[in-house]
Amino acid sequence: MTVTTQRLVQAEDSPYALSHLDALEAESVHIFREVAGEFERPVILFSGGKDSIVMLHLALKAFAPAPVPFALLHVDTGHNFPEVLAYRDRAVAKHNLRLHVASVQDFIDRGVLRERADGLRNPLQTVPLLDGIESNKFDAVFGGGRRDEEKARAKERVFSLRDEFGAWDPRRQRPELWSLYNGRHAVGEHVRVFPLSNWTELDVWQYIEREGIELPEIYYAHRREVFQRDGMWLTAGEWGGPKANEPVETRLVRYRTVGDMSCTGAVDSDADTIEAVITEIAASRLTERGATRADDKMSEAAMEDRKREGYF
Amino acid sequence: MSTTRAGLTQTGTATSLLRFATAGSVDDGKSTLVGRLLHDSKSVLADQLEAVEHASRRRGQEAPDLALLTDGLRAEREQGITIDVAYRYFATARRRFILADTPGHVQYTRNMVTGASTAELAVVLVDARNGVVEQTRRHAAVAALLRVPHVVLAVNKMDLVDYAEPVFARIAEEFTAYAASLGVKDVVAVPISALAGDNVVEPSANMDWYGGPTLLEHLETVPVGTDPSVEPARFPVQYVIRPQSEEFHDYRGYAGQLASGVLRVGDRVTVLPSGHTTTVAAIDALGVQTEIAWAPQSVTVRLADDIDISRGDLIAGGPAPVPTKDVQATVCHLNERPLHVGAKVLLKHTTRTVRALVKEISYRIDITAPIEEGGLEQRPAPEGLNVNDIGHVVLRTAEPLALDDYTDNRRTGSFILIDPADGTTLTAGMAGEAFDTVSTTDASQEEDWV
Repeated sequence: MTVTTQRLVQAEDSPYALSHLDALEAESVHIFREVAGEFERPVILFSGGKDSIVMLHLALKAFAPAPVPFALLHVDTGHNFPEVLAYRDRAVAKHNLRLHVASVQDFIDRGVLRERADGLRNPLQTVPLLDGIESNKFDAVFGGGRRDEEKARAKERVFSLRDEFGAWDPRRQRPELWSLYNGRHAVGEHVRVFPLSNWTELDVWQYIEREGIELPEIYYAHRREVFQRDGMWLTAGEWGGPKANEPVETRLVRYRTVGDMSCTGAVDSDADTIEAVITEIAASRLTERGATRADDKMSEAAMEDRKREGYF
Repeated sequence: MSTTRAGLTQTGTATSLLRFATAGSVDDGKSTLVGRLLHDSKSVLADQLEAVEHASRRRGQEAPDLALLTDGLRAEREQGITIDVAYRYFATARRRFILADTPGHVQYTRNMVTGASTAELAVVLVDARNGVVEQTRRHAAVAALLRVPHVVLAVNKMDLVDYAEPVFARIAEEFTAYAASLGVKDVVAVPISALAGDNVVEPSANMDWYGGPTLLEHLETVPVGTDPSVEPARFPVQYVIRPQSEEFHDYRGYAGQLASGVLRVGDRVTVLPSGHTTTVAAIDALGVQTEIAWAPQSVTVRLADDIDISRGDLIAGGPAPVPTKDVQATVCHLNERPLHVGAKVLLKHTTRTVRALVKEISYRIDITAPIEEGGLEQRPAPEGLNVNDIGHVVLRTAEPLALDDYTDNRRTGSFILIDPADGTTLTAGMAGEAFDTVSTTDASQEEDWV
């Protein structure tokens, strides 16, 4: 049934073959440069997690030997891992970046936000995030979201228009064709940009290995005081855990994602090198978020609902 | 290693990337096929499966509904439909896959056009009991229109026709002839049952008459990419890098992604639309100097002469396109607001956005016309183009564009039209004629169609 095949090469045999990581890198760099070319005030959302660290690494490569033409915005939940904050500040200093911090604690102290009964601070991030975007007049906001993370994210565009309330309407998304990204927006609107849309968790880890990118230590196996809640190992700390009936024990663990301490669980692991981490992820039967994120388990559409409100 | 998530059984070995799209009508079993591919390639993890089982039980369904794996949005789950293109990711030891999962119902044309625009392969699904139907022809036509290099015809539900070879052979023959007449160069037909798992990932024991690859085997081995060495170099300038630091005082680099071809240090190039010629002085591959770069790498190019170049210009090697303000193109209209003659729009081509006027809507292409009548028909379009319509237009732009024919170059031959008032993406455009053979209908036959 095969008709003629012309001008096509078997990628693996061609001197011009690109590995999947090279192809993903080229695409992401293209996205960074499109934003630099089309927007006035872009910013990179930086959490200190592996995805935002890879984003920053790609941005550094995209504009080398010039500096990254974007500032960083960190939404500080007030319950961050100290190792991650230290990493953030080192990265900012090393690359001479500007850092904006939108603080959940500030909003709670000012009475704009109220602490939730369950203590989760991740859902509280949206208000400081949108306030940070609005007050700094950011018109493009890079996020490290990946379409493989969650099924609502599988539908998100690379350039995702948000209205003046920061809201995402899945039914009103612009079709996105070829590599022709449309960044047009009205005053007050902004565009969320996801340069890692087409990367998977494994791609990110393989790229970290290939590029020799340093990560916060909590991604590798270490001994930590944890307690169990809703089937997850949470770090004991000053944020409302553990309760009296939640015994603390010391376990060998690592993190697959980094977020707010109140909802990011550790996994039992002895993977203390990047090779061991990759082997572990490859064999895991759980998704990254399924294993470690409480906030996604709140309902079947938890991510979609938060995105509609302006969350990433 | 059998439980290893695929793609890492040979850690350290570079795998290639295939972007492909699926198209199928509502009841052809596309969700089941996608679910089967993901499930049998071990890309569905325990917690995802558990969530699907849980949701299926809550809905009173006995078996897990694999469609729930792919229908991500509230409205989709509530209505049991798929709204929009979604992207899925899976991998085997040989290759990584990005699947543009395009829904098959009413809004299919624009969604399939979107999915196919980046695809190197399209899977067209048909129901073995129904054979080639109107939808199948649309899918083939869209794949041909978007110049998707490879097309797979998946003849599904073979279990419902007793796995009979003649049924498959007849459908495959009809489809292959039609696709070839549209200019599709490579068609492979595979008889499958997505529900039973025949020939999707595992070879079927029920069809020993079939000697070809399973669907997944074909996806793993189909050649990806074009050969950059036989294409002229095209490098749209995205951004000018000028560090203005002490160390890089005089550095002026043009950042971009090679749309096609190969660039070497020393190559003679033309800058468009100005037409100046110069030589490639240096190539920086994301911070590392190199002698050679090829599509689709993102690099930074430095030139020998001080020419005024900015975002939107094209650095071309080999035969260069002649910049023009008169653009003839085949388009697919994407928006509910019709496209009319006289509309003032923005046109984004590579990295350049210019004002444009719709001068003429030459015709609409009816891609559902029966094969025996030629398959494609030109129809008059006095009311303009409606959503999902494919047609031919003439545009006048405010500044000259260095366009290639889409037939020659999917990246420098494509553009989008944007509403200047609110930024809506209106239309997808492909420079040049869409199909080699489009028959014209005279007005007397028009009534039959209306």
